[in-house]
Amino acid sequence: MSLYNLQKFLYELNRNESIQENYSENIDSLIAKYSLTDEEINALKEGDIGLLYVLGVNGQILMHYAALLGIEWFDYLEMMREGIRVHGPVRDGVYAMTGGGESFTNEEKER
Amino acid sequence: MSLVYSGVLSHAPGITGRAHLVENTEKRDEFYTALENQKSEIMDSGAEAIIVIAAEHFANFFMNNMPAYCIGIGDSYEGPIEDPKWLGIEKTKIPGAPDLAKRLTKNIMQTVDVAYSEEWKFDHGIMVPLNFLTPKYDLPIIPVNINCQGPPLTPLHRAWAFGEALRRACDEVPEKIALVGTGGISHWPATPDSGKINEPWDREFLGHLMRNDKDALLGYSDEDTYNDAGQGGFEIRTFITAAAAAQGQGDLQFYTAEIPIFAVGCTVARFSIE
Repeated sequence: MSLYNLQKFLYELNRNESIQENYSENIDSLIAKYSLTDEEINALKEGDIGLLYVLGVNGQILMHYAALLGIEWFDYLEMMREGIRVHGPVRDGVYAMTGGGESFTNEEKER
Repeated sequence: MSLVYSGVLSHAPGITGRAHLVENTEKRDEFYTALENQKSEIMDSGAEAIIVIAAEHFANFFMNNMPAYCIGIGDSYEGPIEDPKWLGIEKTKIPGAPDLAKRLTKNIMQTVDVAYSEEWKFDHGIMVPLNFLTPKYDLPIIPVNINCQGPPLTPLHRAWAFGEALRRACDEVPEKIALVGTGGISHWPATPDSGKINEPWDREFLGHLMRNDKDALLGYSDEDTYNDAGQGGFEIRTFITAAAAAQGQGDLQFYTAEIPIFAVGCTVARFSIE
C-alpha cells in the first residue's frame, strides 16, 4: 500500500500545477497527507530518482517527475542505474532493468 | 459519413524532446517526413475530427479508478502535462468534439463498456502525434485511452472488439472521422534500458499488423510480450485497435530501429478501410 501512496503523490504532483508551485518549500505539508515510509519520505525530500526507481515507482510517473525536477535525460538514466548499484534490483512493478546497466544509445555512450 | 482514415504512429517523448541530440539526423528527418505525409493523408481524407487511441501514462487515470477504455467527451483539453522544455512542445489548448464524441460513445456502449471523461490532460502519448498531425491544433480531437500501464490489462481480444465498436460507431454518424493508434512496439521506456529495441520482434508484429491477421495479432500473451518486447510492448493494444477498426490491409510507410535515442522503433503506417 505504501508504494501505492508514493506513486499517488507523484501522480498528483506531475499533473497539478498548483501543487508544483513552491513544491520544494512545501514538501513536508504536501506529503503529510500520504502514508509513507521513512525511506520513501527521504527519497522524495532528496529527489532521489535512483531510490524511487528501485522502490518500484512506475517509470512513466518517475520520468515525468524527473522532467519536473529539470533533470537532463542522460543524467536521469544514470541516476536509475546508480540506484540499482546502491540499493539493489527494482523491488516492484514492471519497469525493472533488464539490460545489465549498459547504454543502448551511441549518443549516451559518447557523452 | 464514416471512418475515412485509420493509421498508426509512434508517440515516444524523445521524438520531439530529444530531437536535438540525435546523431542519425538523416534517419530522423526521414521519420519526420513520413509523419508529415501522414498529416497530408489525413487532411486529404476530409476528416472533420481525429480519434487518437493512446496509451495513458498516468496523466489522468490512476490505480484508484483505472478504466480499461476511456473516451474524451470534453469541449477542450490541455497539454502537455510534462515540462514543455523537456518535451519540446509548448502548453496549449486543444479543441474537442463533445457532441460527436457522445454519439460515438453511446454507440460503442452497445458492445463495449467504455468509460468517458469530460476532463483530460494530454501527455506525450497524444501531444507528440498532434505535434505532427495537427500542429496548429485546429482539428477537433477525441482522445481515447487504453490502459497499457497498470496491470491487470485488458485482453488483446477486447482491444480488437473495441476497434470493431469504434468502426461501427464511426460508420453510423454523418461526420468524416480519422483514427490513429499511437504507441510503441518493443521498447523499454523510462528504464535504464531506454533505447533497447527488439527489431526482429517488431518486424514480425508489424507483418501481422499489415496483413491485419487477427489470429496472429491476438496470439501474443502479456508474459511473452514483457519478456521479448518489454513493458512498453503492452502498447500494441492501440495498434491492434486501429487495425480492427480499419479491417483492411496495412501499408507500412516507415519503420526504423536506427534512432534508439527516441527509445522506440519509429513507425508510421496506414490501413485500407474495408
